[in-house]
Amino acid sequence: MRYLIAAVLTVTLMVPVTASADEVVVYSARKEHLIKPLFDRFSNETGVEVRYITDKAGPLLQRLKAEGKRTPADVLMTVDAGNLWHAADSGVLAAVDSAVLAANVPANLRDPQGRWFGLSERARTIVYSTERVKPAELTSYEDLASPAWKGRLCLRTSKKVYNQSLVATMIARHGEQKTEEIVRGWVANLAAAPFSNDTKTMEAVAAGQCDVAIVNTYYFGRLQKKDPDIKLALFWPNQDGNGVHINVSGAGVTKHAKNPDAARKLLEWLSSEAAQGDFAGLNMEYPVNPKVARDPLVASWGDFKADALNVNEAGRLQADAIRLMDRAGYR
Amino acid sequence: MPGSLSSALGPDPSTLAAGRSPDRFWRWAARLLAISVLIPLGVIIGSWLAVDAATWSHLGSTILPQLLRNTAWLIGGVALGTLLLGVPLAWLTSMCEFPGRRVLDWALMLPFALPAYVLAFVFVGVMDFSGPVQGLLRDLLGLPPAWSFEVRNTLGVIVVMTLVLYPYVYMLARVSFLGQGRSAYEAARSLGLGPWAAFYRVSLPMARPGIIAGLSLALMEALADFGAVAVFNYDTFTTAIYKSWFGFFDLQSAAQLASILLTIVLIALVVERRYRARARFTDDGRNGQRRIRLRGRQAWAASAFGWLVFALAFAAPAYQLGVWAWASLDDLDMRYLDLLVHTASLGVMAGVLTVVAAFVLAFANRYHGDRSTAFAVRIGTLGYALPGSVLAVGVMLSLTWIDNRVADAIEALFGVDIGLVLSGTVIALLMAYFARFLAVAYGPVDSSLERISPSIRDAARSLGAGQWETVRRVYLPMLRPGLLTAGLLVLVDVMKEMPATLLLRPFGWDTLAVRIYELTSEGEWERAALPAVALLVVGLLPVILLVRRSAR
Repeated sequence: MRYLIAAVLTVTLMVPVTASADEVVVYSARKEHLIKPLFDRFSNETGVEVRYITDKAGPLLQRLKAEGKRTPADVLMTVDAGNLWHAADSGVLAAVDSAVLAANVPANLRDPQGRWFGLSERARTIVYSTERVKPAELTSYEDLASPAWKGRLCLRTSKKVYNQSLVATMIARHGEQKTEEIVRGWVANLAAAPFSNDTKTMEAVAAGQCDVAIVNTYYFGRLQKKDPDIKLALFWPNQDGNGVHINVSGAGVTKHAKNPDAARKLLEWLSSEAAQGDFAGLNMEYPVNPKVARDPLVASWGDFKADALNVNEAGRLQADAIRLMDRAGYR
Repeated sequence: MPGSLSSALGPDPSTLAAGRSPDRFWRWAARLLAISVLIPLGVIIGSWLAVDAATWSHLGSTILPQLLRNTAWLIGGVALGTLLLGVPLAWLTSMCEFPGRRVLDWALMLPFALPAYVLAFVFVGVMDFSGPVQGLLRDLLGLPPAWSFEVRNTLGVIVVMTLVLYPYVYMLARVSFLGQGRSAYEAARSLGLGPWAAFYRVSLPMARPGIIAGLSLALMEALADFGAVAVFNYDTFTTAIYKSWFGFFDLQSAAQLASILLTIVLIALVVERRYRARARFTDDGRNGQRRIRLRGRQAWAASAFGWLVFALAFAAPAYQLGVWAWASLDDLDMRYLDLLVHTASLGVMAGVLTVVAAFVLAFANRYHGDRSTAFAVRIGTLGYALPGSVLAVGVMLSLTWIDNRVADAIEALFGVDIGLVLSGTVIALLMAYFARFLAVAYGPVDSSLERISPSIRDAARSLGAGQWETVRRVYLPMLRPGLLTAGLLVLVDVMKEMPATLLLRPFGWDTLAVRIYELTSEGEWERAALPAVALLVVGLLPVILLVRRSAR
């Protein structure tokens, strides 16, 4: 019986992964329900099939590295500049020279060497309770460390890369020492232990456990869609300074891509006017392509000045940010 | 006992390949199995070839002390909790009779179908400040709007882990209690011991192998868990592992931390084996039919205890999941059929593979063992103590390495690049499941093997049965409850497994757990309820089936 099973397994399951000419293979840390509709459209329009696998950025990157030159992956798609920076830094991405991408993606939202391109922009901003906070009380991320917010702040865990990137850009602006003081101030102001995700963090604000929080806007959009009367609102901080912290989800062509041309075409298509509305809109993010209009709900939150710092910096300083938050006792 | 018993079966040339003694056959089979677990573990342990001092000194000076304290609390709490729930419940349902016993008998196993990460998000979603329970309390009792109690703390994590993991202890203790029958207990009673004394001094010690096997599984899972503690943002040792990997992109330090975890578990297992080796238990194979009939307050208390645990660990969370799933029913489409098929078929394949291997290991160790076989068993059962994604990355690294070397060689010889043959297939995934869950299957198989008296085997031999015939006609039938339990445990565990499935699944092989991950990682707990309910349903079928079969 054992041998029979072994034999059957060997014969039926050893179907090698082969790449055909009109197919792009994507390793994606962006979730399936946010990318599949786009991939389906791309296949319909171009006849190029897209196969993909989703996982966290860390394992996908490890897999790319281990597979080396025989990787089936043509594209690595991930969220957060930190992850993209690490992918580029570990040499698994190829530089792509594309006039289309250069035109569609603003310079601060892509790798200066062309190894990855932002495809949607996300703003990490302040959300507040409309019942207990007047917008006039709010100014900046840094100000949330002041004693005025003692017992009123909720934060997501520092283990989430979004917070790591936020703190990393603060290090880039203020240096380590001042940033650490700010983070310590945040921790001192916390009304509850850090939450595991942005949604729970906002629900705590809505329920009255705290008054303000720092979240990505699309999580707010989801709550708002579910409950249009929710007593929360977004505030755009640092408008007199560097602007709202932004991040990207993005993608790059792998160094050992079997179909680099099709991979580049996929990225170009995703950055195009035809796709950007959906790519960003499905998740209520901001399109990177300036010619594309925002989702109506997203547009209703108003315009803001965004931080022009290249998001690459967030990746470069990410490890410093984690160490800093650990020192400051921000869990 | 290894060695001393091995000669009892004796060489039997008629049943084996020429020129090989059964000892050698079983030993080599065991070693071979151990090697397939050892390779991915070796990748992890091999990380010590170089040390990144920066990560270590940072972790050591900041978060590590707190993590170790948290981990110690968690392990202590879960050990206490799972024993306090699992053992008494197993005793009550297997040996006593009280109202509701027939249903509770199997109902108490149902929480096993619920993954820890799912119960965690249900628990936090319902019990935290912004959840319905605290909100209702504030409204009903007219409490101030800021009134609250903290649930995302040590106690909360211990409660959730206990409710999810007690079924390991319950199931294996139950198999032991059922297996020992009532004869020993009745003998103790007839010699003048009271019911409690007979339980503590006879039944409990006899069930110890099963209880310990269940407890070690529960504790290893608690140690290796990341999903549930992440929902609580409760930092344990695995947090440091994931921080090193996903934060610092320092897989090496992550693997080193994981190997420390492994060492701790290895030491614990060795100590336990030493301790256990002094006692040997067999039963006469006669299963008493009469149960202890509880009456009055006792019966009522037993019933209430059972139903309370069932309600907290299963009924309430399942109800909440159902409510959430109903609200996101629009997500249900034909793709769920694929998800179901993938989930179930991976579970079945891994279950069969792992149980066969566990039987070979346990049998080899018990009857044909030497020191190296015993060592092979220990290696083979270590995978469970590793966080899933660390083990998965070990499998992935070793398979891609082998793949690349093979492809290099073929390319050099024939000029054709065959690509990666193993690593993108179901085989890679099955290897990871195998390495991870061998311990799960080994526990019940070995503890039921332990209770088979050598005299039975001797009788079979004296009647002229050969080695394979003895295995086939004596051992396998007697081991059936144990083998079934093992198969069920692995089946359900594999269906719940998340990190290895994520990393190693071939294209298109998404499972329900993968779907849950995609939604929970976006903070969409309520939408994740739909795949969670589906997972619960497929998980329940084997659980109910098995319990009914093993319950007589």
